[in-house]
Amino acid sequence: MLRDNISKQDEGGGVTTSEILSVAETGGGTAVPLLEVDNLQVEFKTRDGVAKAVNGVSYSVSAGETLAVLGESGSGKSVTAQAIMGILDSPPGRIAGGEVRFHGRDILKMSDEERRKLRGDKMAMIFQDALSSLNPVYSVGDQLGEMFRVHRGMSKKDSKAKAIELMDRVKIPAAKARVGDYPHQFSGGMRQRIMIAMALALEPDLIIADEPTTALDVTVQAQVMDLLAELQREMNMGLILITHDLGVVADVADKIAVMYAGRIVETAPVHEIYKRPSHPYTRGLLDSIPRLDQKGQELYAIKGLPPNLLRIPTGCAFSPRCPKVQDICRTEIPVLHPVTEQDGTELPGRGSACHFWKDQIHG
Amino acid sequence: MAELSKTTTEREPILQVRNLVKHFPLTQGILFKKQVGAVKAVDGVSFDLYQGETLGIVGESGCGKSTVAKLLMNLERATAGEVFYKGQDITKLSGRALKAVRRNIQMVFQDPYTSLNPRMTVGDIIGETFEIHPEVAPKGDRRRKVQELLDVVPDLGLYINRYPHQFSGGQRQRIGIARGLALNPEIIICDEPVSALDVSVQAQVINLMEKLQDEFNLSYIFIAHDLSIVRHISDRVGVMYLGKMAEIGTDAQIYDHPTHPYTQALLSAVPVPDPEVRESRERIILTGDVPSPANPPSGCRFRTRCWKAQDKCSTEEPLLAVPERFKGQDTLAAHDSACHFAEEKAILAV
Repeated sequence: MLRDNISKQDEGGGVTTSEILSVAETGGGTAVPLLEVDNLQVEFKTRDGVAKAVNGVSYSVSAGETLAVLGESGSGKSVTAQAIMGILDSPPGRIAGGEVRFHGRDILKMSDEERRKLRGDKMAMIFQDALSSLNPVYSVGDQLGEMFRVHRGMSKKDSKAKAIELMDRVKIPAAKARVGDYPHQFSGGMRQRIMIAMALALEPDLIIADEPTTALDVTVQAQVMDLLAELQREMNMGLILITHDLGVVADVADKIAVMYAGRIVETAPVHEIYKRPSHPYTRGLLDSIPRLDQKGQELYAIKGLPPNLLRIPTGCAFSPRCPKVQDICRTEIPVLHPVTEQDGTELPGRGSACHFWKDQIHG
Repeated sequence: MAELSKTTTEREPILQVRNLVKHFPLTQGILFKKQVGAVKAVDGVSFDLYQGETLGIVGESGCGKSTVAKLLMNLERATAGEVFYKGQDITKLSGRALKAVRRNIQMVFQDPYTSLNPRMTVGDIIGETFEIHPEVAPKGDRRRKVQELLDVVPDLGLYINRYPHQFSGGQRQRIGIARGLALNPEIIICDEPVSALDVSVQAQVINLMEKLQDEFNLSYIFIAHDLSIVRHISDRVGVMYLGKMAEIGTDAQIYDHPTHPYTQALLSAVPVPDPEVRESRERIILTGDVPSPANPPSGCRFRTRCWKAQDKCSTEEPLLAVPERFKGQDTLAAHDSACHFAEEKAILAV
């Protein structure tokens, strides 16, 4: 029903968001994408009203592909991931609509038991803060081995051997000697490797990494990111990389979805978004990164603050902060338009939820 | 140590840090504690700060940059070394004399959520500084003073009676900055002032800090791990590694002509948000982690992760000075670098 509403608003001959996103898939043949999120809506009930954290998000990931979801705090990027994994805090959270298809099946309709079997086995998640995601009173070997004991019914001895193998695989030095160590005995970078090992344990088809390197130092960040990309290639997994850092995703992502206030505002293949953003928000984010030639000048700053999810502005949620705002922006929610060249040539995979995307990309 | 000031003008430094050392004791036993070692958080750091300039300090977590900040405020007692503020060694001060100096050196903290008292209104938080230093504002005048300060900082002027939780992260950091300015200090030490903020809000706070610097002729010590922001705001930059200063110089010297391998690796690892730039540059990926400061490597502390390390590096500690090969040359590579084999390497700057 909600989907109909969105299509109706789009009278200028546009297409629905999922159609645009499927354009990106044409290169990969006609196979069903690994994961399709279709018009997902997530709400949180709070004392002050209903917060619409995710408001009609659609994206897809194929095997071996990396999608980066970029957004500031409160944009809904992590909540989308939690909904996909089925680890949403509910209540107060609630999936209000939409579908999440994994290998073509809507997992939101599955029973809890079915979903529990998917988690860890077919889809896994890597969290930002490895120290609080690992259990401090069990050795890392126990925690890695648990995956095999629970999902594969292995014996304690076999699962320990598997744990050592995994630790080797994520390049933890002296894995055999360290398998009995506890999380606090490892450095931040090593802990994040253990998290990666745990996610990869059962060779899932899909990995969701929520800010996997944000808590790490730059030199360690590069190591961990490289490791993740390497293993993904090796195992041909789909990877969703959630981040707020435009820099981190540049190397590893194939395509980017930029989120703002619970919606996707722009999608594009990774190279193109840096060169030619088609949404004023993306433009603003890129411009506010200090550049060499701006030394001594004032930095470009997006004015104002990200909106309160209880009171998302009418029309385009970015309109109160947008330098190019017009009257229509305050009343009509822009859909994700397919972005084309000036002569009408299609730009595969590109979409912009701005009424004036043409001015933004061509102007 | 006299080398330090050569690269800048002959102005009188407002703050001189000499051989600053902070060791945190590691103890064993409950009743009879005995010291079994020490975490060498800061181990001989020297630099100068000049009036009106911004000195950036970068380094990874655990390199001692935040401890340096606390030592400069005398929030931690230095194990050894001196910090001269206008010729007076503040590490030796206490009581009234220390209080007087602290009026002129203020601090802005990283986390705007925990550094503001949740039970006090903004007006009280900022006004509290005048309780401690009543000579700055007489009692009847305080409310007006606070309002004046809030007016300087964008979109806070109307909210003198609100509590911290009613503000966003960026606004809270601005409250922290307003508090730092309250006593009209000469130096503000900023410890990761924008790293807790969203990208779109970071730029707002950086712009404000630069504006205030011009307006009040402030000197900043800007501690951060984000190299592109440090480059933007700093006049000079120091790179720390495991309690030592590895390299220090002007922003162009450090970013365009780094000679210390650690600086080179650090710069090459910065995530640049442009895929084409990234593909064309050489990345130096360091192996391993930063060693423990309780048991740092002998000689050069970076040698365990350095690709140029030789026998000399494990026996002889490199001093922070202009490398022999660049001495007297008119090149940006001629700045202080603590490496036996300092040389230039083309790194794409941030």
